[in-house]
Amino acid sequence: MTDVNVFLGLLTVLILAVFVGFEVISKVPTTLHTPLMSATNAIHGVVVIGAMVAVSSLFAAGANGPWLTVAATVAVTLGAINVFGGFAVTERMLQMFRRKDSK
Amino acid sequence: MNATLAGGFVDLIAIALFILGLHYLNTPATARFGNRLAMVGMAIALVAAGWQIFGVAWWAIALGVVVGGTIGIVAALRVKMTAMPQMVALYNGAGGGAAALIALVEYYVQGHNGASLNDVVSVSLVLSAIIGAISFAGSIIAFLKLQELMTGRPITYAGQQIVNGLIALAVVALGVWFVATGGHTAPWDFGVLLVVALALGVLFVLPIGGADMPVVISLLNSFTGLAVAIAGFEIGSTLLIICGALVGASGTLLTVLMGKAMNRSLTNVLFGAFGAQGGSEPAGGASGGPQNVRVASADDVAVMLAYAHKVIIVPGYGMAVAQAQHSVKALADQLEKRGVTVKYAIHPVAGRMPGHMNVLLAEANVPYPALLDMEDVNPEFPTTDVALVIGANDVTNPAARNVPSSPIYGMPILDVDKAQNVIVLKRSMRSGFAGIENPLYEMPNTSMLFGDAKASVEALTAAVKAL
Repeated sequence: MTDVNVFLGLLTVLILAVFVGFEVISKVPTTLHTPLMSATNAIHGVVVIGAMVAVSSLFAAGANGPWLTVAATVAVTLGAINVFGGFAVTERMLQMFRRKDSK
Repeated sequence: MNATLAGGFVDLIAIALFILGLHYLNTPATARFGNRLAMVGMAIALVAAGWQIFGVAWWAIALGVVVGGTIGIVAALRVKMTAMPQMVALYNGAGGGAAALIALVEYYVQGHNGASLNDVVSVSLVLSAIIGAISFAGSIIAFLKLQELMTGRPITYAGQQIVNGLIALAVVALGVWFVATGGHTAPWDFGVLLVVALALGVLFVLPIGGADMPVVISLLNSFTGLAVAIAGFEIGSTLLIICGALVGASGTLLTVLMGKAMNRSLTNVLFGAFGAQGGSEPAGGASGGPQNVRVASADDVAVMLAYAHKVIIVPGYGMAVAQAQHSVKALADQLEKRGVTVKYAIHPVAGRMPGHMNVLLAEANVPYPALLDMEDVNPEFPTTDVALVIGANDVTNPAARNVPSSPIYGMPILDVDKAQNVIVLKRSMRSGFAGIENPLYEMPNTSMLFGDAKASVEALTAAVKAL
């Protein structure tokens, strides 16, 4: 496959995922909008995988100067904050939502 | 099966789990299950990614994951529910910052030996750097405003929009230069691009006031999603593209919902510097400010509440500031003990982020079926004996319905003025965040109870108990 085909494939995936996103998210009730935001924070934490790839390609290319290594490691850190913090805080919020008064 | 194929399948499973997880957020009863599905998806995606690049610079990755994971979990367990908007702002910023840094690193990796970047890579590098940096810097400013480390009022100066426009042009010019030369620009180009985009992020949030934060946080959320999706193009990862697209869609949807709930366009929110003039609205006439307000004592209000059939509580940002959600629940318990029906009316933009009030009341153990959305609760106000407004202002302002000159004219509001009696708990007669006079306070069926929301509610609870 040519680069153009690869690009068009990825672009198609992007557009379809946007439609899926609108469809799924529009069903989330307003009462859960804050947990929704923190859950999406966790999901965009997947950027941590991009950061991991960046770190490894940095070293594989032998381009690992100290500043770039720091930049890549900070990217991993920020992504990990999103993943772990996002899921933990969502879990903490969701366990407070109750149908009936527990008392 | 080769490693690439296996990794692709694992990513596909993770993507399915993310979409299912978001799907299960469609009811509070299944939401926790949904969050856990997404967690499982993330766990397997991380393990697969770690396994594929195993060994290469493992210590840098492990350091980042351990440090980031620790910070994330400690922050998540400690943060107060009232501070959730700040927290989400920081998470948005973290994602955007990561995307921008990845672009920086990939630029050096893919172009370090003088190779020309292909168009897809150079365009994605530029876009994810710009959007990620704007989201990072903008989120930091949003955080500072929400945390009240800087003023929540709009910061404006003469020629602001011209300055911002010029900076935006500079960002575009640097980006176009980079793409046109396939990355063979001066070595400082990419760094300068990042710095200028950071400046733009700071400057575009400065003129936005605290009351507009629900829109800004949602917008920054969608920016971050977009930056992550574009980062996916740099490294050819459908996982990043799809996750970024899902988050981008979510943030965009919330931005639109918040805008509708304020009857304002996005451009008006971003460039309107709403409330910059603070309290200079003419609605109060020459005297300025309402004159004919009735001030009630806690005892008066307690009697009214205790002998009511139906009370609707209308919480706003003031309840969050005073951390009054538990006291509100205690008051509702006292009233329910006496046979009063208590419900809660939640305006979509009450508070500082979408769903802010719902989370606070859930924390205070209020069952979620008692929380009613605007469309569901508005028909109930005419049959309500007392509407108890706790720290909400603009979302109850009847001027939005009938004063065409009001800045919030046309904004959908909670019709509290249609209740038999309205009790407004407020710190002082000062106008709200947006600086708009509220004629509700001068209406004949309205009484004011001044003081800190928490102290007032506790006084009411004590007075109801004593009856």
